[in-house]
Amino acid sequence: MNLNRYAIVMHDNDNVATAVKDIPLQEKIELVMSGESREIEIADSIPLGHKFAIKPITKGQDIVKYGEFIGKATEDIDVGKLVHVHNVESTRGRGDLSKKTIA
Amino acid sequence: MKSLSLDFSGYERSDGTFGVRNYVALIPTVGCANEVTRKIANRVKGTTPLLHHQGCCQLEPDLKIISRTLIGFGRNPNVASALIVSLGCESISSETVEKEIAKTGKRTERIIIQDLGGFTNSVEKGTKLAEDMVSETQNQKRTNTQFDKLIIGLKCGASDATSGLASNPAVGITTDLLVKENSTVIAAETTEMMGAEHLLAKRTADPKVAKKIVEIVEQMESRAKSVGVDMRGSQPTPGNIKGGITTIEEKSLGAICKAGKSTIQSVLDYGEKPKRKGLHFMDTPGSEMHVLPGLAAAGSQIILFTTGRGAPQGFPIIPVIKISANRQTCQKMKEHIDLDVSGILEETESIENSGKKIFNSLIEVAKGKLTKAELTGYTETLEIYTRGPIV
Repeated sequence: MNLNRYAIVMHDNDNVATAVKDIPLQEKIELVMSGESREIEIADSIPLGHKFAIKPITKGQDIVKYGEFIGKATEDIDVGKLVHVHNVESTRGRGDLSKKTIA
Repeated sequence: MKSLSLDFSGYERSDGTFGVRNYVALIPTVGCANEVTRKIANRVKGTTPLLHHQGCCQLEPDLKIISRTLIGFGRNPNVASALIVSLGCESISSETVEKEIAKTGKRTERIIIQDLGGFTNSVEKGTKLAEDMVSETQNQKRTNTQFDKLIIGLKCGASDATSGLASNPAVGITTDLLVKENSTVIAAETTEMMGAEHLLAKRTADPKVAKKIVEIVEQMESRAKSVGVDMRGSQPTPGNIKGGITTIEEKSLGAICKAGKSTIQSVLDYGEKPKRKGLHFMDTPGSEMHVLPGLAAAGSQIILFTTGRGAPQGFPIIPVIKISANRQTCQKMKEHIDLDVSGILEETESIENSGKKIFNSLIEVAKGKLTKAELTGYTETLEIYTRGPIV
């Protein structure tokens, strides 16, 4: 039993982790990634269920969770920063883009 | 894994199905008959109204769906007998609905408000019929039957990130156990396949089924896009976003975990009954009040419903088991949550064990244990899903 777990990485290819409890700003947390333990400093306060970057992400890059594409970064995202609607867009159901497509 | 339990007890129907509940269903064929239907339901204990707002001034494809759904309600194994309440001038043929339900051998009655001269006479006539029908159900006893008689519907609602991480994968374990027991399981929510359809398409019994999955997702997406706005904010909902879900792709990848790893046998149209055992997907939107009637019309006796933020809805004729992996929600919305699986995220319980726990809870509910939605009576709201215009 480890009640100290703060976040889960669902797949080795993921570039985000999901918080399983509220994580305060600047908290240093241990994460298991690809079987290895790594320390990450949290750069935003991350509420339960929200995601943060575990690898540096550049604008336009795929956000990967469950080992699958979940959206595109709309700006550069540093490790430990919150990854959510303010810096990620969906590529599906985008009637607002009409005939344009997202690369 | 060996069978966890070989049988459950239910009410045997003349068409060979088994109900886990024993309701007299009051089914209006058009929203305009709701007032009479509700009054009869208020007067006669043991009746359950299925109030909706469809049935008239709609085009043929929608009328077909509505008719099929109403017939499906009456045929649902949890329904002992059905009283059809018609206004008289609606597009839906109440005669067809009555006849199709009666084919199961269940007692089926029909009243027509315009023929009976209005509200008061119809409530009187309906009340007398309903009293007699409920009285008949009192003699029925539960008997034991096998798991191949079970149809289980799946739904997630008011999801947050804990749904995809824990409660949905736990239900996925239950799904695979049920399929192994030769039960039928129906997943739905086409919108929540968007971004995950490529994974579902890889697990079908037949390439045609894979093609159909991609097709229904494309249709749903193009309907959404035709409005010319970003779907985000509607799907995922503001509540989903507040709970950490960023895009529909992320929501979908979590939602499909409910369907476990079993092979997908077919894609069902809304309210359509599966033709064989195993796992099926039904073409529905994501909204609770539209999904549950589709699952009910397909013959589901029980619905497994995961929630992150706390969805209280049940269904008039089906026990709906609420499962959550969000510790905060399990405490705050305790009144509405049947099963707390938050131990998964706290690493005090495995997903596999939680899946077995859900399976065991399902057996208890099948035997008669009341769900939170049944206890609170939070079971009334439903709507039949239609795709065309009101004309």
